[in-house]
Amino acid sequence: MAVAAITENYVGERLDRVENFHGNQVLYVGWDHHLMFCAPVAFAVPPDAPFSKVLEELIPGAFSLHPEFGEIDWNQVEWHLNAESFTPDTNATLAEQGIDHKSILRFATPGLDGLKGSGS
Amino acid sequence: MSNKKLNMKDKYRLLTRDLEWEFSYRDRKEIFPQEDFEGIKITDWSKWEDPFRLTMDSYWKYQAEKEKKLYAIFDAFSQNNGQQNVTDARYVNAIKLFLTGVSPLEYQAYSGFAHVGRQFGGVGARVACQMQSLDELRHVQTQIHAMSHYNKHFDGFQDFAHMHDRVWYLSVPKSFFDDARSAGPFEFMVAIGFSFEYVLTNLLFVPFMSGAAYNGDMATVTFGFSAQSDEARHMTLGLEIIKFLLEQHEDNVPIVQRWINKWLWRGYRVLTLVAMMMDYMLPNKVMSWQESFEVYFEEAASSLFKDLARYGIEMPPYAADAIAEKEHLSHQAWSIFYNYGHAAAFHTWMPTAQEMDWLSEKYPNTFDKYYRPRFEKWREMEEAGERYYNPTLPMLCQTCQIPMGFTDMENPTMTSYRQSVYDGERYNFCSNGCKDIFDHEPEKYVQSWMPVHQIFQGNCGGPEMEDVLGDYYRINLGVDNLDFKGSPDEARWNGWHNLQSAEDKLKKAS
Amino acid sequence: MSKVYIALQDNEESHYIVEAIEEDNPDVTVIYQPAMIRIECEGHMVIKRETVEEKMGRDWEIPALHVNLITLGGNVDEDDDQLSLTWNN
Repeated sequence: MAVAAITENYVGERLDRVENFHGNQVLYVGWDHHLMFCAPVAFAVPPDAPFSKVLEELIPGAFSLHPEFGEIDWNQVEWHLNAESFTPDTNATLAEQGIDHKSILRFATPGLDGLKGSGS
Repeated sequence: MSNKKLNMKDKYRLLTRDLEWEFSYRDRKEIFPQEDFEGIKITDWSKWEDPFRLTMDSYWKYQAEKEKKLYAIFDAFSQNNGQQNVTDARYVNAIKLFLTGVSPLEYQAYSGFAHVGRQFGGVGARVACQMQSLDELRHVQTQIHAMSHYNKHFDGFQDFAHMHDRVWYLSVPKSFFDDARSAGPFEFMVAIGFSFEYVLTNLLFVPFMSGAAYNGDMATVTFGFSAQSDEARHMTLGLEIIKFLLEQHEDNVPIVQRWINKWLWRGYRVLTLVAMMMDYMLPNKVMSWQESFEVYFEEAASSLFKDLARYGIEMPPYAADAIAEKEHLSHQAWSIFYNYGHAAAFHTWMPTAQEMDWLSEKYPNTFDKYYRPRFEKWREMEEAGERYYNPTLPMLCQTCQIPMGFTDMENPTMTSYRQSVYDGERYNFCSNGCKDIFDHEPEKYVQSWMPVHQIFQGNCGGPEMEDVLGDYYRINLGVDNLDFKGSPDEARWNGWHNLQSAEDKLKKAS
Repeated sequence: MSKVYIALQDNEESHYIVEAIEEDNPDVTVIYQPAMIRIECEGHMVIKRETVEEKMGRDWEIPALHVNLITLGGNVDEDDDQLSLTWNN
């Protein structure tokens, strides 16, 4: 029983199925230990966009106001996709490297510990 | 033969038991079609006890007395221009959040109790629900009346009902109640009678209202206390229904335990808003969120669960998670609203230096270590004329719908992420509690109306965020939203008190 | 032992009720907070109609408590003469 309901075998409407996003899918991105950004952010982005779009447009648009942003060494960044360790391919599309609808992409920047080392 | 007046117990017996009749030509199941599907077994409705044994005559008499007192204070407040005598105009923003976020829940409670009051097979339960339904209607009305006075003098009050149904952060309390009302009648009683009344309203209506009094807001403290006096009855009823269900059949125990686990967590998550109201929105401080939480959540819950232990009910596993967060919750909540202050129908601000010192003193283990550095950075940006607003939309939890601003308590600067895959689709959560609730009834929560996703789907107007905020939410942009500093509210307040804003002072000096 | 509690609005009438509670329950702790009075006690507390009437110098019924009540904690038992709060743990 997937819900207690008066109707037998009740099935709920999936409000956020990918078809509802007009060709986009939802991607969440979080910068670990940088809580000046209060929560991970959400983007609507086409599945056939290259990863470079995330790297060059979406991430700077969301996180560049942080004083440590300019100091990031992108070759040293540690990525996680849905909690699994991940190595992005800049030229491949999101779909090609398994970044699907409502996936969580996290990046960690060891050595950059947030404002005054506070994780902010 | 005695001609003594009927005593309370006899009157109550006459009011309830003797109102019931036998159904002779219809099947009971047709009359009470929602009584079975949740799996709850009732063997004898006559065992239902209302501890207050409230009868209609004393109900009307004392409710009328409460109303008279209440409206005398509202009148005095408005005749004395009470809005000018609150400690600080920033405070009024807590009241805006109250009107948009909480008062509509009172209306939902009214509607919900009217519904379940029809569904129960026992007359005692039906009468109790009917009275509670009336109480809830009284609460929403008195709250709107009280706050309508502020609407004459401050921005952000004008469209509360419209906003409640649409604005992103108001989907948190709204979806909490939608969840309860779309459950069966027994779960609704546990959800609202127990979680809402016992856990939520006590924290909102007692320490916060005492704080309102301390900030000069006699109208709010009075409607708050007046409502809570009804809630005291409702809490007692909530406890009674739990005991009644547990005593009726042993098969009810695991069902009730699961509902308690779920609704304690759901209620606690809604309290996130109250946490920041306590610590950040009351200029004169009475007690911190943590202190109120310890008295009205930890202490009250431990007494309650010790009392329920004899039925085999245990403290919900998530209580420990809630307790672990008490030194973080309000700061994380205020960070969210400060980030998205352009998208809120009330003003936000950075605490003053003195207020930050108070936070350091009240939260010695967390404030300076984790939160002060980001607050000081934001203050610095504001002073440079670049007040920080987060330019994106936040990721939300599928269950509580709060932006994912909560962290792992063993690693407090790491966002707490949880994920489930159901029927081929990913769903994301802020906590074990929210994930478990989804996993148990996924067909319910796949339907969550997630404000950020709805914006992306184009269901909230657009194409620009300003269109969503202005046209769809009906926030008066540049008036209701943004920082308190520089707001029309601030300008009016300063005008009443012949105060100059800091900016004007600087201009004159140069 | 868990603490039962009752909170009353801080006003003239409540002061008599608090006096009566203190007399009938010598172990209570009375805490004054802005606009409210919180009274707590280990395990059990009782409010007796007769004592309140004596303090007020007039008739008073137990349901009139609701007019000044803010909140309470504990299992409630109410009849014409008293209202009690109890935790059996």
